[in-house]
Amino acid sequence: MTETFYEVLRRQGITRRSFLKFCSLTATSLGLGSAAAPRIAHALETKARTPVIWLHGLECTCCSESFIRSAHPLTKDVVLSMLSLDYDDTLMAAAGHQAEAIIEEVKKKYKGNYIVAVEGNPPLNEDGMFCIHGGRPFVEVLKETCADAKAIISWGACASYGCVQAAKPNPTRATPVHKVISGKPIINVPGCPPIAEVMTGVVTYMLTFDRIPELDRQGRPKMFYGQRIHDKCYRRGHFDAGQFAEAWDDEGARKGYCLYKMGCKGPTTYNACSSMRWNGGVSWPVQSGHGCIGCSEEGFWDKGSFYDRVTSITPFGAEANADSIGKAAAGTVGAAIAAHAAVTALARARQKAGESASTSEEQKGE
Amino acid sequence: MLSQQDMLEAERHGKQVRSIYVYEAPVRLWHWINALCMVVLAVTGYFIGQPLPTVPGEAAENFLMGYIRFAHFAAAYIFAIGLLGRIYWAIVGNHHAKQIFKLPITNPQWWSEVFFELRWYMFLEKTPKKYVGHNPMAQLMMFFFFTVLAVGMVFTGFALYSEGAGLGTWSDSLFGWVIPMLGGSLQVHNLHRLGMWIMMTFVLVHVYAAIREDIMSRQSLISTMISGWRMFKD
Repeated sequence: MTETFYEVLRRQGITRRSFLKFCSLTATSLGLGSAAAPRIAHALETKARTPVIWLHGLECTCCSESFIRSAHPLTKDVVLSMLSLDYDDTLMAAAGHQAEAIIEEVKKKYKGNYIVAVEGNPPLNEDGMFCIHGGRPFVEVLKETCADAKAIISWGACASYGCVQAAKPNPTRATPVHKVISGKPIINVPGCPPIAEVMTGVVTYMLTFDRIPELDRQGRPKMFYGQRIHDKCYRRGHFDAGQFAEAWDDEGARKGYCLYKMGCKGPTTYNACSSMRWNGGVSWPVQSGHGCIGCSEEGFWDKGSFYDRVTSITPFGAEANADSIGKAAAGTVGAAIAAHAAVTALARARQKAGESASTSEEQKGE
Repeated sequence: MLSQQDMLEAERHGKQVRSIYVYEAPVRLWHWINALCMVVLAVTGYFIGQPLPTVPGEAAENFLMGYIRFAHFAAAYIFAIGLLGRIYWAIVGNHHAKQIFKLPITNPQWWSEVFFELRWYMFLEKTPKKYVGHNPMAQLMMFFFFTVLAVGMVFTGFALYSEGAGLGTWSDSLFGWVIPMLGGSLQVHNLHRLGMWIMMTFVLVHVYAAIREDIMSRQSLISTMISGWRMFKD
């Protein structure tokens, strides 16, 4: 039997007092209320650590970079201790066959009882040869490793949606994890990278309660991806008032007005940046004066400029957005109507002239 | 004297004017409420995507975007409830009330008249046909550019509304699935805006055709949507 989380913590010199403080803090940050704190403590005291295999596919490792910078030191310690992080090729000391053997060992020993955290995604073109892991295509390793897993966490925009390597024309056919693996619970934690505390929060929840957090329609944990950046943005008051920065160096930008007109994707992006912020709550993109680029949304690379509010719609060409298409359509149809009306009037006038000519002839005849 | 003369003249001509009751009161009322909603929705919607210039003063003293969005949402509710009411009336009302919801696509006669109307609008026919309700061409246009599009606008619109209303609200439960289906929030915003432009382009055609046919087709169109009676002028 592996150690419990509590035993690991005590061994690392963390006092019981700090441990209980952590439990309350975690309960609060997960929005669970004070009654959950003893339950978290109990779980951490009695449960064996869940082994985690952390795989790296086609990616830039920014998720790992974010994760290991989780701001709350205790959170970091606890999570890194809680996770029996048995395999993570970028963090582990072992390498080569020695390292690869661990995957096999975990698979056998903890069959159906370990978590696979995937950073990056498998490219499928050329039989997956664009990403080789231990001499084999990553997609094969991923499928094998996930086969006996309890649950899978898709870290970041790569694993959740595909991110930049899947941007058009996606030459390697980089494919999100949930489109390759089926029949297992998959938690999408998008973002490029996701916020560190969001990552540790998801892991803490899963290890504490032995179940995956409640997910939304896109498989994202509701507690962190339930609201848009815009809904909790501290500049929202300026949006509702109608006060916008209209240029990067204008008075509005200096006064911290809403960046909506500068193409901020806050209103279309689901993430916790505006409430949790980054780097231990120091700042976040909008606070630093730049709009959100929507990095936790599906296909954000292919959805037009980061600096337009009404963005271009791909099938209509790079520079065509709803407004330019709409104005062109309305203008063309308007011109056609004017022409049609003119022809109608002309035809009618000619017809009337003909009619009056014939009636006058009739009258003459009489 | 003059009025007597007019009356005599009107009587002499009036013998030829026949009229039929086409649009029942709920349909007429809905038409104009709906028209007003569309104007409000298009104007406020345009300014939600491309906001007005920045308002001076303190944020706490202004609520311009808030009011514009409120008007948009209020008009959207009226538009959607009106559409539901109109669907109800299509079921219980007269057969003209069903026209914009049901195309007789299996009827070859109907199709030939669609093409007849197309030729009429292309100046290839000298005399127009008379219709009590919509002409087949108009019916086809109404079905796609109003009925189908309006349903699409309600679905995308309430899906976007659910984003602000929050998870678990009625709009999220009913329409939230639209957003991942269409490829994300930004895409739905764009499609909703494109839908607005298509709808407004159709409004141009609709108004033009109504005025033109009112003059050319020897039957009333515009007043029919006010009084309900279609007059045939010869």
